Amino acid sequence: AEVEETLKRIQAHKGVIATIVVNGEGIPIRTTLDNSTTVQYAGLLHQLTMKARSTVRDIDPQNELTFLRIRSKKHEIMVAPDKEYLLIVIQNPCE
Amino acid sequence: MEIIYVYTRKRSEFGRPCSFSDRPAKVNVDIPPDPSVASEFILRNPVDSYVQHTSDMSEHEVNTERVEVESRGVNHVEGGWPKDINPQEVEQTIRFRKKVEKDEHYINTITHLGTLMEHCVKQNNAINIYEEYFGEEEVAEAEDEPPSAKTINVISKLTSFFNVLLSKRDPNVTKRTATHLSWHPDTCKKLAVAYSSLEFQQNTKDMSFDSYIWDLENPNKPELVLKPSSPLVSLEYNPKDSHVLVGGCYNGQMAYWDTRRGGLPVEVSTVEVSHRDPVYGAIWLQSKTGTECFSASTDGQVLWWDIRKLSEPTETLVLDVTRKGLLENALGAVTLEFEPTMPTKFMVGTEQGIVIACNRKAKTPPEKITSTYSGHHGPVYALARNPFYPKIFLTVGDWTARIWSEETKESSIMWTKYHLSYLTDGCWSTVRPAVFFTTRSDGTLDVWDFLFKQNDPSLSLKVCDEPLSSLRLQDNGCVVGCGSKLGTVTLLEISSGLCTLQRNEKTLATAMFERETKREKILEARHRELRLKERARSEAQETEVEEKPVESPHEVLNRARREFFEVIEVELQRRAQAETQCLRGKVPGMGRTQPQHSLPWGRGHGSASVFQVKDRAGEEAAAQGEESQLLKDKEEEEEEKDAA
Repeated sequence: AEVEETLKRIQAHKGVIATIVVNGEGIPIRTTLDNSTTVQYAGLLHQLTMKARSTVRDIDPQNELTFLRIRSKKHEIMVAPDKEYLLIVIQNPCE
Repeated sequence: MEIIYVYTRKRSEFGRPCSFSDRPAKVNVDIPPDPSVASEFILRNPVDSYVQHTSDMSEHEVNTERVEVESRGVNHVEGGWPKDINPQEVEQTIRFRKKVEKDEHYINTITHLGTLMEHCVKQNNAINIYEEYFGEEEVAEAEDEPPSAKTINVISKLTSFFNVLLSKRDPNVTKRTATHLSWHPDTCKKLAVAYSSLEFQQNTKDMSFDSYIWDLENPNKPELVLKPSSPLVSLEYNPKDSHVLVGGCYNGQMAYWDTRRGGLPVEVSTVEVSHRDPVYGAIWLQSKTGTECFSASTDGQVLWWDIRKLSEPTETLVLDVTRKGLLENALGAVTLEFEPTMPTKFMVGTEQGIVIACNRKAKTPPEKITSTYSGHHGPVYALARNPFYPKIFLTVGDWTARIWSEETKESSIMWTKYHLSYLTDGCWSTVRPAVFFTTRSDGTLDVWDFLFKQNDPSLSLKVCDEPLSSLRLQDNGCVVGCGSKLGTVTLLEISSGLCTLQRNEKTLATAMFERETKREKILEARHRELRLKERARSEAQETEVEEKPVESPHEVLNRARREFFEVIEVELQRRAQAETQCLRGKVPGMGRTQPQHSLPWGRGHGSASVFQVKDRAGEEAAAQGEESQLLKDKEEEEEEKDAA
């Protein structure tokens, strides 16, 4: 359906290594990676997103977290949070 | 309009005590406003006025207790699945997933998030927002920043927890001096520190003998505890094998450790053949097997060891300057110095202030001592060769640090001023040829840059309140570790200006050292000539007069006093002449070079005083000659004035 199309489109972009959808409990719903790596990413990023969200809220209660980007030496991890789900995309920003 | 208040008193009432009484307020003067004056005033608009309204603030300080941090790993096991679903069962998980995907909320969310994500992904692909622009521009040579150093880490032994267990009544934590530091040869992240108490016979019973190897990442707890049978005074990593360390003990024994085998020494030398005093210097030698080292101690011996067989030394040398090999005459050694590029030569700094240069490969023991350099008043605590100019070496002792050249044996070529506190340790910078570091017993670390300034250190840092006892520079030249008397090791990072090689620095430093060496040589030659002349003269006198009248001490004193006053008078006269010459506008060209005035540092050589007295006498003659010349000039001047 639409969901499939959206995810496929994202995966087809240049440099994208993986796409993961995680639900509110940290369970990966859709993934393009192997299970163990997915589980690792899901658990760690879920906690980090929670922390980031609470940080933004603490600083300004009217503010909320819209997007989280972690750029590392090897690639960039992008997290789009929602109340219940998380969309995680790992991209290699090639220059 | 005057306001006067009249106070009257009868003369008969003068001197009487005052009796004050209360009185209600009374209006003395009442000046009503006069509207006619108002026209002479100008209305002021706008009027500046300030208002402050802020909340009250108060300042508080909070300091938390030190938190012990430990790194641990977590094993993330798949969890979070609802209770009825077994995560191992593939079918169940697939079913669950499919169910979630049918959820409408899920579809909406993902669509929304998808667009957001796509935006960012495309953004990433379009432009690299972290690109370095202007990366090829050269770094401007802004070396105007003042040299500085900042503390990066302080390692202090927390012996409190361990002493409380041993002796609950004794509240003192026996602090021991950090006597020697050695950096790990490869990584420079580990530091081996030898702790011992160098106070004579002040070892309390509960003082521990341990020395530690610290990992810089974890300054709270030592990485390895070395447990010798007696406290270690010196400790060195083997430059070839970074797991092996050799340590010299307080009781004279030598021990070696292998870090892979734990904290107890692998082997200890036997007491009968070891030193009889604390081993102050222990250095590894350059050998094919990488197992040879040598040690020196204040008992006057230098012993060579092979660590595979520590039951007896392979070679011994007695530091007897008279070259007779007698232990009674031997000088106690306090520091050792060895340069791997010159494997047969080494130098020893002694308690008596003499530096002995020795050759290991000499045939007979007396010939092993090649030369001696004396100049310090107290023990030579540190001895280091300049890594760029092996002929130049630095000695640190008593209140000064001196730079010597191997060729000039009579005195050092350069020296620092006399400080107010003892200098305890020193070393050259590994990166810049004219920079060296010294530590003082008032807790200060000095960084000297001899090309830039010789009177004062370029940077003087107060590291702690107690005396600093040891100093060691890391191989990169940027980080220096200093150990203090109470066992605290402080690591400092030096500003980049002091640890990067400047342009022309090598040539300038070479020129400076050569110039100073030449100067000393000239002075030495002159000194020798004078001595020869003296000797010749005294010999000539002896042939004439066989018996020289022996002067009584009283006469000697009188003669000394007379000579002293003569010298002072001569100097005063010379100064007066110099002043008058200045007044006349002539350049006081005292033909002779006056080395004692053109150099910024003092000459404290007793042996040169004879030379100075003679020089003064010579100058007086020259001055008188010039005085007559100047008188003639003055006459000429006056003639010119008359003519004009």
